Amino acid sequence: MIKLERVYRTYMMGGQPLHALNDVSETIEAGDYVAVMGPSGSGKSTLLNIMGCLDRPSSGSYRLEGQDVGALSDAELSQIRRHKLGFVFQTFHLVPRLSAAENVAFPMVFAGVPRAERLERVGVALEAVGLRQRAEHRPSELSGGECQRVAIARATVMRPRVLLADEPTGNLDSVAGRQVMEVIEHMNAEGLTLVVVTHDPAIASRAERVVVMADGRIERRVTGADLANRAPAIVVPEAAR
Amino acid sequence: MRPADLVHFASTALVRHRLRSLLSLLGVAIGVAAVVMLTALGEGARRYVTGQFASLGSNLVILIPGKNETTGSFPGVGGVPNDLTLEDARALERGMRQLSALAPVLIGNETVAHRERRRQVVVLGSTHELLRIRGLSMASGRFLPPGDIARGGQVIVLGAKVEDELFPNQNAIGRVVRIGDWRMRVIGVLEARGTQVGLNMDDLVLVPVATGMRMFNRTSLFRILLKTTTYSDVDGTCPRAVAILTERHDEEDVTCITQESIVSSLSSILTVLTLALGGVAAISLSVAGIGIMNLMLVSVSERTAEVGLLKAVGAGNPQILAVFLVEAILLATGGGLLGLLFGWAAVRALVMTFPAFPASAPLWATAAAFGLSVLIGAIFGVLPARRAARLDPVAALAGR
Repeated sequence: MIKLERVYRTYMMGGQPLHALNDVSETIEAGDYVAVMGPSGSGKSTLLNIMGCLDRPSSGSYRLEGQDVGALSDAELSQIRRHKLGFVFQTFHLVPRLSAAENVAFPMVFAGVPRAERLERVGVALEAVGLRQRAEHRPSELSGGECQRVAIARATVMRPRVLLADEPTGNLDSVAGRQVMEVIEHMNAEGLTLVVVTHDPAIASRAERVVVMADGRIERRVTGADLANRAPAIVVPEAAR
Repeated sequence: MRPADLVHFASTALVRHRLRSLLSLLGVAIGVAAVVMLTALGEGARRYVTGQFASLGSNLVILIPGKNETTGSFPGVGGVPNDLTLEDARALERGMRQLSALAPVLIGNETVAHRERRRQVVVLGSTHELLRIRGLSMASGRFLPPGDIARGGQVIVLGAKVEDELFPNQNAIGRVVRIGDWRMRVIGVLEARGTQVGLNMDDLVLVPVATGMRMFNRTSLFRILLKTTTYSDVDGTCPRAVAILTERHDEEDVTCITQESIVSSLSSILTVLTLALGGVAAISLSVAGIGIMNLMLVSVSERTAEVGLLKAVGAGNPQILAVFLVEAILLATGGGLLGLLFGWAAVRALVMTFPAFPASAPLWATAAAFGLSVLIGAIFGVLPARRAARLDPVAALAGR
C-alpha cells in the first residue's frame, strides 16, 4: 500500500541543510494499523505529510499502491488526496460557518458528487461516527470529541484507502479520545489502512505496529503490545512530554 | 465542482462577514449608481437640447451672410463680403418653388417703453411667415401682417413677458409703444412659450423686417430662414439657395446650414459629454475594485487553514482559485445590482423633481456599468484568489 524507500526531506535553515526526514524507509500494507511515535521535531508530522501527498520527498521514492507519487503533478496529487487519502487533524479543521453535515459533504462538493448522493453519503458517514442526530449543528455547538468524529466522517466520506491521523486525540480529554480511537479502529477493522501520529504511548500502544522516530530517523520498530508492556524503556524520556 | 455548489460555498463565506461584505458591496454600488446617474444627466442634456431644436421642425434651412466652410461651428464668424439683403430674400422667394415658408430675420436691441414703463428687449425684425417657421402662436391679436416683405409698417407684436411688464392687467392691443424714436402700434401678443434655442420668446418684440432695418440702420439681414414643404426637400435646398445668391453676388459668400446638421452635431457633442461623465464615474468603480481586492486579501489570510483543508481534501488549485474568484465576483455583482437600483431611484427622483429635464440613463451606459462592475470583481479578485491557490498545503494547514 505505502512504500517509502530512502526518503529524505531537507529544508535549508540559515544556509544549513536540516534533515526533517533522514533516510526513512517503511512499508505499510493494506489494512495495517501503524502508529508513528516520537517527540516534537522528530519528523513524524513530516512523514505523515509526505505519506499524505501534501509534501514531496527531497529524495528517495514514495510509492502509493504501486504508483510513484514523486513523479506526479500538483493536479494529480490533489486527485490522489481526494480519492485515496483521508486526513484527521489535531485541531479538527472544521469550517466554522458550515454545519456538521456540510462539513462532511465538503470533499464531495469539490469532487462534483451530485447533491442527492451527497446527502445520502453524509447520512451514512455521520451514522458511522454516531452523530447522525447532530448533523445540523455548527462546530461551535459541538464538543471536541464530536468535532473530531465529524472530521473523521469527512475524512472517510470519499471512501479512501488510507486514513492519516495527526495527533487525533491531542485536543481531547481521555474519554473523548478513547471514543475517537474506537471509531477509527473500527474502520480499520473493516479494512481501512490506518496511520496515527502521536506522542502519547497510551494511544500508540493500541496500534499493531509502532514506528518510533527521533531526529528524522526511524529509531526502532516495536509492536503495540511491546510498547504497552515496556513503555519507559522504549520511549526516550523527552518523548513523554 | 458544480457551479451551484461553487456559488453556494462562496456565498456562505460572504454571509459570515455580513458587515464587511456589505461595505465592499456598497463601494461598487456607489460606483455603478454614479455611472447611471451621471450618464442620465448627460443623456438628459442631449435630449433637452436636441428636443429644443427639433421643436423648430427638421425641415428648416438657415442662410447666414459670410462664407463658412464647416457646418456646426459658430455661424457668421469671419468677414462679411456682401450683405444679405431683402432683395436676396425676394429672389429666393421667386426662385425656389418647394418652399413652404421663408422669413428674413434681423435682430437688435432697443428699449421699448409705454408711458413711464420701459424695458430693454431683443427686437426681432421679420415677416408674417416667421409665425409658421418658429411654430409660434398668438395669445391675442394677430401676427405681423402678410404681404411684400419690403413693406414696413409701424406695428409691433409683443412677447408675453414684455406685455405683462408694460401693460400689467391691461389690454395691450391697439396701444402705442415707443422703441427708441419710433412709435409703434401693438397688433398682437405672443403666447408664452419660454426659451426656444437660446432665445427667450417671451421677452422680445417683433417688428416688420423692413422697419427693423431702418430702425437699426442696417443694410444686411441677420439670416434668412427657409422651410421646405417636405423633409425630403431639405437636401436640395441649400445648394439651390446658395446658387441663387452666388449668381446675385458674383461670389459664394453665404453659408447655408440645415437644422438637421445642427441637431446631429449637437447631439454627438453631448453624447461625448455623456461618455466623459460615464468615464469619470467609472473611475470610482475601479476604486471599489480595490476595496474588493483588499477584502479578499484579508479573507484569504484569515482562511489560510481553510485553504489548507481544501487542499487536503483534494481540491485542485483551479478549484481553490475559482472559490475565491467567485466570492469576489459575487460581491461585485451584488454591488452592481444594488447600484443599478440606487441609480434608477435617483434618476426617478430627478425626473419627478424636474419634469422638464428628460434625464434617462442610456441602456448602453447601464449595461456597461453593470458589466464593468462584474469585470472589476473578476479582475481584482484574481490576485487574492491566486494567492490562496498557491499556498503550500502543509504551511496552510498549520495556519502559516
